[in-house]
Amino acid sequence: MKPAKMPLEELMSSGHLACQGCGATQAMRFALKVLGPKTVLAIPACCWSVIDGSFPNSCIDLPIYHTAFETAAVVASGLKAGLEMRGDTESTVMAWAGDGGTFDIGLQALSGAAERNEDIIYVCYDNEAYMNTGIQRSSSTPVGAWTTTTPVTNFKKRPKKNMVEIMAAHSIPYIATASTAYPEDFMRKMQIAKETRGTKYIQILAPCPTGWKAPPELSVSLARRAVTSKIYPILEITRNGQKLKVWKDFKPTPVRDYLLAQGRFRHLKDAEIKTIEREVEDNWQRLLAKEKMLESIPGFGE
Amino acid sequence: MEKSESSTTLMMQGNQACAVGALAAGCRFFAGYPITPSSEIAEYLSVQLPRRGGKFIQMEDEIAAMGATIGASLTGLKAMTATSGPGFSLKQENIGYACMTEVPCVIVNVMRGGPSTGMPTLPAQMDVQQARWGTHGDHEIIVLTASSAQDTYEQTIRAFNLSERYMTPVILLLDEIVGHSTEKVVLPRQSEIEIVNRKQPEMPPQDYLPYKTGPDLIPVLANLGSGYRYNVTGLCHDETGFPTNDTRNNEALIRRLVEKIKAHRDDIVRYRERKLDDAEIVIFAYGSVARSAKSAVVKCREKGIRAGLFEPSVIWPFPVKEVFALSGKVKAFLVPEMNLGQLAREVRGAVEFKVPVHQLNRVDGNPITPLEIVNKVEEVI
Repeated sequence: MKPAKMPLEELMSSGHLACQGCGATQAMRFALKVLGPKTVLAIPACCWSVIDGSFPNSCIDLPIYHTAFETAAVVASGLKAGLEMRGDTESTVMAWAGDGGTFDIGLQALSGAAERNEDIIYVCYDNEAYMNTGIQRSSSTPVGAWTTTTPVTNFKKRPKKNMVEIMAAHSIPYIATASTAYPEDFMRKMQIAKETRGTKYIQILAPCPTGWKAPPELSVSLARRAVTSKIYPILEITRNGQKLKVWKDFKPTPVRDYLLAQGRFRHLKDAEIKTIEREVEDNWQRLLAKEKMLESIPGFGE
Repeated sequence: MEKSESSTTLMMQGNQACAVGALAAGCRFFAGYPITPSSEIAEYLSVQLPRRGGKFIQMEDEIAAMGATIGASLTGLKAMTATSGPGFSLKQENIGYACMTEVPCVIVNVMRGGPSTGMPTLPAQMDVQQARWGTHGDHEIIVLTASSAQDTYEQTIRAFNLSERYMTPVILLLDEIVGHSTEKVVLPRQSEIEIVNRKQPEMPPQDYLPYKTGPDLIPVLANLGSGYRYNVTGLCHDETGFPTNDTRNNEALIRRLVEKIKAHRDDIVRYRERKLDDAEIVIFAYGSVARSAKSAVVKCREKGIRAGLFEPSVIWPFPVKEVFALSGKVKAFLVPEMNLGQLAREVRGAVEFKVPVHQLNRVDGNPITPLEIVNKVEEVI
C-alpha cells in the first residue's frame, strides 16, 4: 500500500461533536486539507451545524456561515458575490450540506445557484437520511431502508433520488461523486473543484453508523463496499454535463453483504434483496451505457 | 388504542399524546418534515396511520407539508402537520391560504427558542404572537396550548373539533418541555370522546355555493371531488369561490373571515383556574410554565399570599373578557413566560391598565421554576 499523499495542514481539529465513525467528519477533514485557509463555509441545518461545536471549542479553523436549512447554495452565492465586490477573488466559498438540505428542502436554492453558475463549491455529504433530527427518511434514503419515518412495516419503497443527473441537467462545469473510503480520490476532486470556475457539485457518501445501525468501526468499510457493490458509483461529469467518467477499476463485492452489514436493511427478505441486486445492476449498466454513448459522439462537449 | 372500549392509562411523551389524540379525533392524514423537538409526532404517525387506513407522507420541506395537509383536508380527511419554530415560519404562507380558503386543518408547533435556528433542543414560548400574526393580512385564528401530556391529548382532539366546526386552521402550541416529557395519560373510551365533523352540503350540486354562509358565518365546503364542483382560491373570492375584483365583496369577505371566529369566541375560549375566588394576585401562565405556576400558587398560599392561577388553554382569541373581569378584584397580575412578554402585553391590554401587570421572563432555554415565580410574587405584592 502506498502512503497517502495529503497536506499535513489540519483545518479541522479534534474535539468535534460527531458520533463515533461519522463519515461526514472524515469528509470535512479531507476537504479542508485541499481548500486551505482561504475558504469560507456556508453550512445549513444538518449534523455539521452541531459537529462543529460551540464556542470556544469549534473544531474548524475557518469562518463559517451557519444558515437556515433551505439556503446553503444561496447564501454561498451571496458570500461569493460579496467577497468579489470587496476585491477578494481568491477565497473559495464552499456550501456544505447534508442530503436533506440538498436533495429536499435545499434543492430549489441549489438549482437556482447552479442555473446562474455561481462560482461556488457545493458539497453534499450524503448519509442518506435526516440524521441530525433522529434518522428520518430523506429523498436520498435508498430503497429498502428503515428510518424512523419509514418503519420496517412500511420501509422505503422508492429509490434514492438521482441528484447527480439533476445537477448534470444544469450544465455546470464539474460534478463528481466520492466516498469517504477513497480520500485521495475525493481530495483530487476537491482540487479540481477549487481550480474550476462556476458551480461545482460534489456528493460524497458519508456513512452514519448511528443511523445505518452499524458498528462505528465499519464506517470506512461500508463506504468502500457501497462503491464496490456498484450501489454508489464513483464518477465525474465534466464539460457542462456532456462527459461522464465512471470509475470501474475495483473488484466487485456482493450487494447483499453491504446491505446485511447494516441494521437499516436487516428486515429485508431474500426476494427483496434480489430485487435490489437487480436494480443496482440495471443502474450500473445504464450508467456505463451512458458513458459509452457520450464517448461515441465525436467532438461532443468539446 | 381507540378500538378498546375501556379507558386506558399509559405512560407517554407529550408528542406521542398529541399523535394519539389526533388519531382519536379522526385524523387520517399527516404530512410533515423532520424538525426538533416535534419529530416524534411524525415518527409515531408514520407507524400508526398506515395501520388505520390513513396516510403519512414525509414531505420535502415545510411549506409542502402545509400544502399537502390543506389538499388532503379539502377531500374531506381530517389532516394535520407538526413542526417547530423555523418550520412554523416556513409554513406561514399556506397557513394564510387555509384561513382564506377556510380549509380545516391542525398545525402543531412544539416551540423551541428562536429567532432563526435558535435553541433546537430547549423550550420557549416565543411563537405566541407569530401564531396570531405570522401569516400576512387581516385574519382571525384559533390557537390552543397545553401544559401536560394529558392536556396535549385533549387539546389535540379539541383542535380538530374547532377546525371542523369553524372551518379554519387551528394551531396547537406546545413547548419542548410538554412535547418531550413522558407522563401518565388516561385515554377515555372512544365513545366518550366528543367528535365534531364538518358539515356536508344538503342541496343538490347545481344549487351549491361553497362560500355562501348563514347567520353562523361558517361555509359548508363539500369534499372536493364528491360531485360538488367549486373553485378554491387564495384570491379574494365571492360565494361561488371564483375570484372577484368587486371591492364591496372583498370587504365583506375579510370581515366575515374575522367575524366567523369573533362571533363564536364564547364557544371557543377556555381556561382553567385555581384559587381565583379570593386571589389578590393572578398568575397568568400557559404551557409548561403553568405547571410551575400551579406549584407556586400552593407555595404562595403557604406563605399567606393569596395567589391564584389563570391558565388559558385557548390563547387566540385572547380571553379578554375573562381577564378583564378579574381586574376589578385583584391587586396585580404576574405573567411568567418563556419569552419577553408576548402575552403580558395582551393581559395589560385586557385589564385596560387598571391593575399592574408584572412580567417574569426567561429566554435562555431554561424553564421557569416555581421558586422563581414565588420570589417574583413576593417582590411585587
